Amino acid sequence: MCTYTTVRDTVDGSAKGPGGSWFHVTDITVYFDHPFHAMAEHTLNIDFAAPEKGPAARVAVELTADSARRLMAAIQEALDAVPVEMQA
Amino acid sequence: MTATTITIAGHGGDEIEAYIAQPEGDAARGGVVVIHHMPGYDRATKEITRRFAELGYDAICPNLYFREAPGAAPDDAAAVARAQGGVPDERLIGDVAGAAAYLRALPTSNGKVGTIGYCSGGRQSVLSGTALDVDAVVDCYGAFVTGTVPEGFPLKVTNLVDRLPGLKAPVLGLFGAEDQYPSPEQVDEFRRILTEQDTPFEFHSYEGAGHAFFAVDRPSYNVAAANDGWERIEAFYGEHLGS
Repeated sequence: MCTYTTVRDTVDGSAKGPGGSWFHVTDITVYFDHPFHAMAEHTLNIDFAAPEKGPAARVAVELTADSARRLMAAIQEALDAVPVEMQA
Repeated sequence: MTATTITIAGHGGDEIEAYIAQPEGDAARGGVVVIHHMPGYDRATKEITRRFAELGYDAICPNLYFREAPGAAPDDAAAVARAQGGVPDERLIGDVAGAAAYLRALPTSNGKVGTIGYCSGGRQSVLSGTALDVDAVVDCYGAFVTGTVPEGFPLKVTNLVDRLPGLKAPVLGLFGAEDQYPSPEQVDEFRRILTEQDTPFEFHSYEGAGHAFFAVDRPSYNVAAANDGWERIEAFYGEHLGS
């Protein structure tokens, strides 16, 4: 199905994108829907984007639901492993 | 056959990109507006458009994301359109109206135009049929024609139940029995409404097929369902778009 479900937020960071260039990422879009490339009917998709740089300024990730949960756990573990003051 | 990219007048007179495929020769024929799926104006949808030309129709696929991302790769354009909330229904109707008018103005037109869409485009094909003068509507597993849209959906999608009385053209619906969006219950509701309002329709639900069974580049591709579905489309358009 097309879930139509889309979660948006703003972020501050960088991503290595098209042409191998780094760019400043300002927006994320997260949705569980059909992938473009992954061999699964549905995936958890994340777009790291910089809309002011145009549609091509985007790093896209498509993960199975299980993979996405493992990514969340890994991110949480990595953040928990360092002192809070380092995360400011 | 010739196939190329053109510019047409869409909703509000906006110039939008479209892909057109036409058979050779001057014989009068019907036209088909192909409504791409949510992943966009992509290679697979252009292949479908060419297939309709191979079947003898002038076929056109408007780029529904052209305004958000002109010239962008289809996946990037789809990402931008999604992030901006999707295609508003009224704009979709205007874009399909422009595509249908373009087809009817061709010297080869017999005056008849059908719509077809896949996935989100299936809903949009039905939506077009509720608002426009078209001769045949094909809905390939469009979700939220009926049924309830979960609360909090950020995209501007609603079901079409209030609009369905405007649907006069015959409808061909092709669904996967294993699909949940639309679910068999939602397909049954659509069937009941069309029956009650005397809109001619023909529905087929394929056992063992889920969503997107026509998509040859996805794991959901179901050969038996897709082959039979194409035959149903050919017969349906032959009956309703022929000279």
